[in-house]
Amino acid sequence: MGEVRLLVGTAKGLFILRSDPARDRWSIDGPHFGGWNVTAAKSSPIDPDRIWVSAWTDWHGQVVHRSTDGGRTWETVGNDFAYAGETGTHQWYDGTPHPWDFKRVWHFEPSAFDVDTVYAGVEDAAIFRTTDGGDSWHELPGLRTHTTGGIWQPGAGGLCLHTIVQDPGREGRLYVAISAAGAFRTDDGGETWSVITNGLSSLYIPDPNAEVGHCVHRIALHPDRPDTLYMQKHWDVCRSDDAGDNWREVSGNLSTDFGFPIVVNTNDPDTVYVVPIQSDAEHFPPDGKLRVWRSRTGGNEWEELADGLPEADFYQNVLRGAMSVDSLDPCGIYFGTTGGHVYGSRDDGDHWAKLTDGLPRVLCVEASVGG
Amino acid sequence: MNDGAPPVVIVRVELPSHLRRLAGTGSLVEVRVDGDDVTARTLFDALESAYPTLRGTIRDPRSGARRAYMRWFAGTEDLSHTAVDEPLPDAVVEGREPLRVVGAIAGG
Repeated sequence: MGEVRLLVGTAKGLFILRSDPARDRWSIDGPHFGGWNVTAAKSSPIDPDRIWVSAWTDWHGQVVHRSTDGGRTWETVGNDFAYAGETGTHQWYDGTPHPWDFKRVWHFEPSAFDVDTVYAGVEDAAIFRTTDGGDSWHELPGLRTHTTGGIWQPGAGGLCLHTIVQDPGREGRLYVAISAAGAFRTDDGGETWSVITNGLSSLYIPDPNAEVGHCVHRIALHPDRPDTLYMQKHWDVCRSDDAGDNWREVSGNLSTDFGFPIVVNTNDPDTVYVVPIQSDAEHFPPDGKLRVWRSRTGGNEWEELADGLPEADFYQNVLRGAMSVDSLDPCGIYFGTTGGHVYGSRDDGDHWAKLTDGLPRVLCVEASVGG
Repeated sequence: MNDGAPPVVIVRVELPSHLRRLAGTGSLVEVRVDGDDVTARTLFDALESAYPTLRGTIRDPRSGARRAYMRWFAGTEDLSHTAVDEPLPDAVVEGREPLRVVGAIAGG
């Protein structure tokens, strides 16, 4: 069993935390790309030594970096994300038409089937793919040109495609989430897409049951039960058991069902974790107590996990991409905060420890285990 | 002797810190520019050719437009709003002054 590694993307660079499988002592390496916002950093599930990173600044735009040695050395790779064909418009905040304009990658999802294939979710919302390890990127335009695309409208963070989830047992099936358009699925590798929002209800939009307009924050699945999806929405934690065709709320007894990340325990498809946040207006934990909530029943029944987490005066957020699980047993769960803390549990969430607290604002976390 | 080939000049460019690290250079780089007229466009084309990692970091990679928070100067003369096909000042072309690429001052 190899090293456990956390890629921690922050507002001022990438940090890499490493541990042996005991996961009780961590080294910190970095910053890589010091001063750059690292919004996306993810490794290949086939070869964790291969990593793709999006780094950007307001001055210089985005640069994509790739490592083939686990983050010890880096090279810049293709960075041309050109929309295919006529781009048309989406809706702007005020409802007026607004041309599509590439800003940055929010999410890299390296393929479970081919080590040179990586999907990229970008702002303004679209999905790109490379099949040459990142040297060149090509849009899968069927998503952006979906019949609903013209009425997609940005959330406060922009019109971003921030989540890509692949079904590791079914090549060609992908799920994406877009703020604030909703969720979509393809079964043909990205050629065609279906809206998968039936059953979602969002009281903050004019039609709570509209086809698009839901602010989906994150989607997660377990490989052993890939048709079951868990969703943290702007408000509500939801579940689907038919690959997104129908959703139901499973918020149950959560202290609040607003939040950003959601992850599934590697060893149990019924064990799910969220980080409840006070409200859409107050992005911090209720009562200043940082808490992870765990359901062992696939939702509805939740337990508060507190051991090792701050008891008071903690007013930071955990962003949607900033929580991840490793592949060990018991499962390791990790998350970073907007105040630069990184917490981890090596026992399914029963106990937590602060791995570091001196980092910049944490934007993304990815856990992986080397061979 | 003029054999018909365009002249070649060496222009110095001063890079901001983010771009020095990205390109793995010091603050000043020397860029070989071909052509009769050395302009912002030909200079940045040559800079990006010599340092491909810088492509798109000063100008938009597709439109070629200056990024909003980037400016460039010859001495104290701000050339950011000068047409990119205008010849650069003699002091830059003749190597007496670098073209200084500067990012907007920003905190945070």
